Amino acid sequence: MNLLELLGYFNYWVFAIVLSVGLYTVIAKVNLVKKLIGLSIFQSAVFLMYITMDKVEGGTAPIIQKGVENQVFSNPLPQVLILTAIVVGVSTLALGLAIVVRISECYGTIEEDEILDAD
Amino acid sequence: MIIVFALFLLSLLVITALAIVRTENLFVAVMLTSIFSLLMAANFFILDAADVALTEAAVGAGITTVIFLSALALTAEREKISGAGWRIALLVVTVLAMLIIYATFDKPRLGDPEAPVHQHLAPWYLEKTPEYMDIPNVVTAVLGSFRGYDTLGEVFVVFAACIGVLFILGVKPGEGATIKAPHSAGLKHHLIPQVVGRLLIPFIVLFGLYVQFHGEYGPGGGFQAGALIATGVILYALLEGEDAALRAVPRGVLLALVIGGASLYGGVGLVCVWLGGNFLDYSVLAADPVAGQQLGILLIEAGVGMAVCGALLSIFHAFAARPTRL
Repeated sequence: MNLLELLGYFNYWVFAIVLSVGLYTVIAKVNLVKKLIGLSIFQSAVFLMYITMDKVEGGTAPIIQKGVENQVFSNPLPQVLILTAIVVGVSTLALGLAIVVRISECYGTIEEDEILDAD
Repeated sequence: MIIVFALFLLSLLVITALAIVRTENLFVAVMLTSIFSLLMAANFFILDAADVALTEAAVGAGITTVIFLSALALTAEREKISGAGWRIALLVVTVLAMLIIYATFDKPRLGDPEAPVHQHLAPWYLEKTPEYMDIPNVVTAVLGSFRGYDTLGEVFVVFAACIGVLFILGVKPGEGATIKAPHSAGLKHHLIPQVVGRLLIPFIVLFGLYVQFHGEYGPGGGFQAGALIATGVILYALLEGEDAALRAVPRGVLLALVIGGASLYGGVGLVCVWLGGNFLDYSVLAADPVAGQQLGILLIEAGVGMAVCGALLSIFHAFAARPTRL
């Protein structure tokens, strides 16, 4: 098992741990802003998994240079998917935060248990 | 050497994520989220995804932090400690993490050229891009043309999210809400941030425009450029106050950018149909199919940039204009 191979699995392990940390934040924390932070960590972990899959050994970013033969490129497709997903992620996050702000204005709190008690 | 650096960055990423969960101060958590995004961008760059790294750095580390902070200003800065249920949650996510790590041993190792993901579509995209579009950046070619439907959908999601935020935060605050005048003074009383910031803003916007129009040749494109230009205007709003930023770029202009950008993208698709091609098939836009593809990609990237810039700024202003609680 050479070093690059170890790093390959390490990337996926980091994905697993960061994903779990995000999921833990979403289910264990009662603060709504903290839940959204957890959700964006969860989302970033998925991005990391996709981008890990795009790497080709000895490859470079998929930008073709004229006159250079036998270039190896990494896979452009996961990059396209994740590039757009990041921008969509921030828009949906803003929508979630807007709902949290309205909840805070109506209930005076953003702690989930206090909101449930108030209902 | 690069492997050691990658291991270091990935370890820092895990540590930052754990620190975000552990802190009870939401302000600290948001600042750590910004660092998390920057580390993630560096990781993306090491993994050859230059376009994605640029997007993550501009959006994740920049815009997301600003939106989180403006939401914190309207809610609470500290979370209350709650002891209930954390043990079972920890158990569940530990089991999940173990299962995923067990599953990774079946995945192809990093950089394996024989991995299934590299076999089917990617070689075709890499081979056909010079022939069909003759632009160097394959990511832009896939984003703008090969998978143009996908990107059109994403732009409309951004559009819908922006409209949603404007509807949710556009209503008047309820009777019980204590209203304070929006803190629109900015950083006028801080000399050094103001001087440095004013120097930076033109260059940020110029870099945004460069990224927009150089997207076919290097890393970049509409998504990154929209986020970068929005960052420049948000910096102006932080320095000079929100009112000054709204005088410079009024709300109507932002809405026109969002609607105009989305319609420009959809309109290019319809013009393609009108000229006898398929929807979003840019080859018919010019006499030469390659030139038509290039023109089409330039136009839809401009539409994407306008829509993203307008949407992010509208969202920022919607949060910033909300009266804060005392």
